[in-house]
Amino acid sequence: MQARDILSLTPAGLYCPLADVHIDPLRPVPRALITHGHSDHARAGHGAVLATAQTLAIMAARYGEGFCGTAQAVRYGEAVTLGPVRVTFLPAGHVLGSAQILIEANGLRIVISGDYKRVGDPTCAPFEPVRCDVFITEATFGLPVFRHPDVVGEIDKLLHSLTLFPERAHLLGAYPLGKAQRLIALLRQRGYDRPVYLHGAMERLMQLYGELGIALGDLRKVEPGSRESLGGAVVLCPPGALQDLWARRFPDPVAAFASGWMRVRARARQRGVELPLVVSDHAGWDELCATIRETGAGEVWVTHGEEEALVHWCTREGLAARPLNMLGYGDDEAEAEAVAEPSA
Amino acid sequence: MNDFAELLDRLAFEPRRNAKLRLMEDFFRTTPDPERGYALAALTGGLSFRNAKPGLVRALIAERTDPVLFALSYDYVGDLSETVALMWPPPSQAGTGHNAPPPRLADVVEGLSMAAKTELPGLLARWLDALDETGRWALLKLITGALRIGVSARLAKTAVAGLGRVDPNAVEELWHGLTPPYEPLFAWLEGRADRPEGLVVAPFRPPMLSHPLDEEELSRLDPAEFCAEWKWDGIRIEAVRELTPEGRRIVRLYSRTGEDITGSFPDLCEALIAENAFVGALDGELLVLRGGRVESFNVLQQRLNRKAITPRLMQEFPAHIRAYDLLGEGEEDLRPLPFAERRRRLEALVARLAGGRVDLSPLVPFVSWEELVAARARPGEAGAGIDAEAVEGVMLKRRDSPYVPGRPKGLWYKWKHDPHLVDAVLMYAQRGHGKRSSYYSDYTFGLWRSGPEGEELVPVGKAYFGFTDEELKELDRFVRRETVNRFGPVREVVHTGERGLVLEVAFEGVQQSTRHKSGVAMRFPRISRIRWDKPPREADRLDYLAGLLPRGETMKTRAGKT
Repeated sequence: MQARDILSLTPAGLYCPLADVHIDPLRPVPRALITHGHSDHARAGHGAVLATAQTLAIMAARYGEGFCGTAQAVRYGEAVTLGPVRVTFLPAGHVLGSAQILIEANGLRIVISGDYKRVGDPTCAPFEPVRCDVFITEATFGLPVFRHPDVVGEIDKLLHSLTLFPERAHLLGAYPLGKAQRLIALLRQRGYDRPVYLHGAMERLMQLYGELGIALGDLRKVEPGSRESLGGAVVLCPPGALQDLWARRFPDPVAAFASGWMRVRARARQRGVELPLVVSDHAGWDELCATIRETGAGEVWVTHGEEEALVHWCTREGLAARPLNMLGYGDDEAEAEAVAEPSA
Repeated sequence: MNDFAELLDRLAFEPRRNAKLRLMEDFFRTTPDPERGYALAALTGGLSFRNAKPGLVRALIAERTDPVLFALSYDYVGDLSETVALMWPPPSQAGTGHNAPPPRLADVVEGLSMAAKTELPGLLARWLDALDETGRWALLKLITGALRIGVSARLAKTAVAGLGRVDPNAVEELWHGLTPPYEPLFAWLEGRADRPEGLVVAPFRPPMLSHPLDEEELSRLDPAEFCAEWKWDGIRIEAVRELTPEGRRIVRLYSRTGEDITGSFPDLCEALIAENAFVGALDGELLVLRGGRVESFNVLQQRLNRKAITPRLMQEFPAHIRAYDLLGEGEEDLRPLPFAERRRRLEALVARLAGGRVDLSPLVPFVSWEELVAARARPGEAGAGIDAEAVEGVMLKRRDSPYVPGRPKGLWYKWKHDPHLVDAVLMYAQRGHGKRSSYYSDYTFGLWRSGPEGEELVPVGKAYFGFTDEELKELDRFVRRETVNRFGPVREVVHTGERGLVLEVAFEGVQQSTRHKSGVAMRFPRISRIRWDKPPREADRLDYLAGLLPRGETMKTRAGKT
């Protein structure tokens, strides 16, 4: 039996026929395993869902309690038997509750990484490399130009700008799940103890992180009519809001944006970003390569992103590699792009 | 180098003109000579390094990275310097350059001009090892000769002028007598020395530019206050002729941006040297004139941007100036005078010229706007005669307008011909560069013709602007969704009679071409509308373009693949 018999690619996404489950399905299916709570991976409307408790809580917060037929929570490292298949969720270091899924069947070990990163993140459990035969990886930043710099330096850019322009509001665009909480935690680690202000769209998930035990200090909602008084404050908002009318009421706002895409200058300029912060929740090029080596996998499947380059690299390393060319994923960063207004 | 790199980086992200000025002014104020002077030279495009070329950079990165990964990265980033800056392996990995201090800009400029060609790769590699990503990016931008950070030479000079609170035009007029690192300029601006006089003979005077106009705005203007001229489809040129105190006759030709282009037109220069009636500065249009007729821009283009100016080239494409303004005569600055007065002086001067290389751009007579509308529609019948093909609209100039450098409001207007429009079908797309990097923003489009196997689309041109940022995102999405084939960086998108995307393309004209499979090339094509509603079958046919070819040109259609 080959890996392709254990996992096949269907229009709904990766499917394991032996266990009759889909992984991160793109459309409603009877049984789903969900790696993490970003909306491109965790969709509503499935029958039975198996995921970490945090991921289930995130889905419930986003879609309402009835987001699926039945939900079953699984702990990191706990093996679940589905017919002839053993399924284990392991930390992926991407966002709170994010997991890689190890599938064992017929003596083969396949790891579906979901989205992941290797650098430390105070808001989630760190990635655990797992030895396997087949490693299924993302490649959102699968080009050797994406070498994410040290996050401390990026956070310091923001702090430096705050001292340089103490009268200007610093609007920090960030994806509301994971990135936003991580940025606040990093700011706190750097000793920033003033209140952090939140765009309305940020509140629910921020509150959920609090309930799930991630302390983020003094967070305040941007009250109607209060924007004029927020000079010198850090205000977190969805990236799309940076160009909104909403942003213009702040005192001489600085448009900052935290994303791995900010590594490429033209990307930042296209969005009208003045203060680009290169902070990514996805593995950069070196992390992707190192992780593939660490898993010891002889075969690599690349789900989405810049798969061509990573497949080329694997082939050069003597690994069997195939691009899955999966559409519909990679939208957590892309989604942030899509909601943005055009910059003039 | 680090300060300069940081300046470039901040400028690249700063959209506001005033903030850019402030950043540059602060830099010039706080950075010592000669570092700031070299920075000014870099910002004004005044540095060029003969032996440091993009090829050198490509060779260096090729030694250090996988060629396929580099090609994919370059395609994604869309900028050579940035791709190399990001991919450059850290020195620990390459095993060279331990803790070398980063070079100063002056080290780089002097190093690049002194180093022998064979020393350059090693020198550049050591610098790249010593710099951080921003530093590498700035260094590579500098030596590949294109900063592209949204700062014009004019803006940089304006910032420098701000140091001494002088008018930027005062800097402009000195400019051609100065060389990097401009220490006398900074000394003057900081009040430490006198204005560096007498350095420049036959200086450039920044040109006056016009605003576009449409028929509706026209109705709000009073025809009695304006003169009209043809808008010639050539290039703007300023011709300055002076006598030095020793009696030497000097001629300089400048482009509209102040670039000295005298060397490209020895024929014109020689003819002007001989015009002893003329001492002063003329503003006009550079054209090719053959057999008493102005040739189209297509013909003029064959004279421009040539490396070697051969006698044959000059004979085949004789350069000519059609003058429309006189900025100075003898010692007298005419720019404060009203247009009508300058025009009288110009007419008198041109009448005294002997060589025939300069003539007068005629006024277009009109009393009412209706008459001008008619003249614009049919220039041939309104006085342009056989030169009508080289007319691309009309210019309106207020009779009382002084000559104001820059684009002052309410004085001069340009009213161009309406562009041609054609509905074409999107066939291929490529990722763009610069501002459009990583989006599929370069579009090849085609028109229908009858082929051996029935109706077929033949590519006729490429366009990469004309759409809004929002439309770009939609087009990008369409390309990704509808790709049927990939050829390296090029994506072929679906283009059958039933499925595909129709683009309304605006363009200024066509010329015959042996490079295009269709046999024609469009001039200045841009996307004017996206016709999501129109089935590709209903797009236009190639015959339509053939009908627009200038006299004497035919379509040289080629069979087979391009």
